[in-house]
Amino acid sequence: MHFAIASPTTTWYLVLAALLFALGAVGVLVRRNPLVMFMCIELMLNAVNLTFVALARKLGDIGGQTTVFFVMVVAAAEVVVGLGIIVSILRRRPSATADDIAELKG
Amino acid sequence: MQLFVFVCAAAMILVGAIGVIVRSHPVHAALSLILTLFGVAVLFVAQDAHFLAAVQVIVYAGAIVVLFLFVIMLLGVDKAEALRIDPVKVQRPLAAIVGLGLFGLVAAAIVRSRDSLVVRGRGIDIASGDTGHDSNIRQLANDLFSNHVFAFEVTSVLLVIAVVGTVLLARRPRSGSASDTSAGSK
Repeated sequence: MHFAIASPTTTWYLVLAALLFALGAVGVLVRRNPLVMFMCIELMLNAVNLTFVALARKLGDIGGQTTVFFVMVVAAAEVVVGLGIIVSILRRRPSATADDIAELKG
Repeated sequence: MQLFVFVCAAAMILVGAIGVIVRSHPVHAALSLILTLFGVAVLFVAQDAHFLAAVQVIVYAGAIVVLFLFVIMLLGVDKAEALRIDPVKVQRPLAAIVGLGLFGLVAAAIVRSRDSLVVRGRGIDIASGDTGHDSNIRQLANDLFSNHVFAFEVTSVLLVIAVVGTVLLARRPRSGSASDTSAGSK
């Protein structure tokens, strides 16, 4: 790469991941549909995964990629349990939003 | 070339993420999420994480988003949400401030500390040379099954707990109040 175009450095990846994380956080704060809030949590998890992978490359340590592997597994388990809860709430009240969280009160 | 890949993938990621936030229809939000996940997979390839890119496409875009779509279709909640009305007046400006502050703080920390990133591991093998094309998978497996084998086993326990818990949660009670005990005995 001897021409003048800059090649993306690790900092670019980290800043992009920070932007993605902030977007996911804004989504969780703004949206009311519990399913869409879940998708925004997935956005934040992906931002963290991107950070891990970029730093694993930069620091030359494969442990970052191993951590991403575990994050993916835990995210899958979290989605399964969360969707189970959402299904059991929405089956009772099909139009429930995050504002109706007092429905959880026994 | 690398710059081109990065810019395209970043555009995919950001357009998808904004789509998840602003699309009022849950199905459209799920499809925007797929766009973001593919962009992240492209960046994984660009960062020499080939196995994780494959897992990202198969598990995230393949399984998790399909699970979301299943739930959306199954529950019949695929109605457009009224995003124009804002039930809490200060919520959106406050959320925007929080998001900007979060991004600003993290980006400032990244830019300030960018010189302190030094190589401290043994390095990640690029898929070239005599190790063949699967050197990333081999290296990842070596680390996973030597240093983190206990965590790997605990992960399987976690998955079993998640499956059993979800079956209990989403199970339709048969009739009467005896469903809890019969489900617990399985």
